[in-house]
Amino acid sequence: MEFTSVLFYVFGLSFVASAALMVSARNTMKAAMLLILSFFSAASIWLLLEAEFLAVTLILVYVGAVMVLFLFVIKMLDVDQSTLRAKFTKYLPLGIVVAVIVIAQMALVLSAGQFGLDAVAEPARHAADYSNITELANLLYTAYVYPFELAAVLLLIAIIAAITLVHRKGSRSKKQNIAEQVSVQAKDRMRLVSIPSGKRKESK
Amino acid sequence: MIALSDYLILSAIVFCIGLAGIFINRTNIIMLLMCVELILTAVNTNFIAFSYYGNDVAGQIFVFFILTVAAAEVAIGLAILTLMYRNRGSIDVDVTNSLKG
Repeated sequence: MEFTSVLFYVFGLSFVASAALMVSARNTMKAAMLLILSFFSAASIWLLLEAEFLAVTLILVYVGAVMVLFLFVIKMLDVDQSTLRAKFTKYLPLGIVVAVIVIAQMALVLSAGQFGLDAVAEPARHAADYSNITELANLLYTAYVYPFELAAVLLLIAIIAAITLVHRKGSRSKKQNIAEQVSVQAKDRMRLVSIPSGKRKESK
Repeated sequence: MIALSDYLILSAIVFCIGLAGIFINRTNIIMLLMCVELILTAVNTNFIAFSYYGNDVAGQIFVFFILTVAAAEVAIGLAILTLMYRNRGSIDVDVTNSLKG
């Protein structure tokens, strides 16, 4: 067995094992940690497939941003685990049956007959100076520039939506009223009082 | 030598684990979102495997966009989750039955 095959089986096993432990974890925090491990395994698998940029992006964006957001929400909400886990075993048999059936069906379709090495030969590895980022960028900024800009707009909409949803109105928010600020008069802000210059107080 | 079918079956297994996770953790919305992330990772692995064996980088571009959409989905999903917890004091799916569906 050559070295890349060993790597594939090690990372594949880690991917599957961490995913299985994640869905069956009793603690949401533990599940998030296992999901991070499965993302790392997936990134390693992607490296084997010469998708270096996406492997790094998966770790930076998913582990670095999305999972941190998950952990933040998990710790912030302080969910009572016992009530959430009461119905855990109720749907376990159904879930396993569905998963096994779908795996069996997919394995029939994706078997070595249709997608094996005889049908799809493994392409030659690129040279050491091959740049995945350059090739991606060449395509992304020419043929896919319009979807790329749409993705930027989508992220902007997501930011606005998330802020609008959780924004708390009322005493906590400091909001400025532009019209009120513009139409303000000097007498609203300032009051002139004339204090008579006092004679020296005659004290006894 | 690793065949394309090996990668496809690996991602099919992870996809089904994520699917089973949605059934098992039906009441916990945070777990549901994390299972969706797992499913998306499996699908992305499929895209990248086909991109590598088909010598076409367009598959990787598609993964790029899936990552973007998934990040937006998580941001809005967690915002809704926070809002729901604030209004109801729980993130149990069974508590959210005011529409009587």
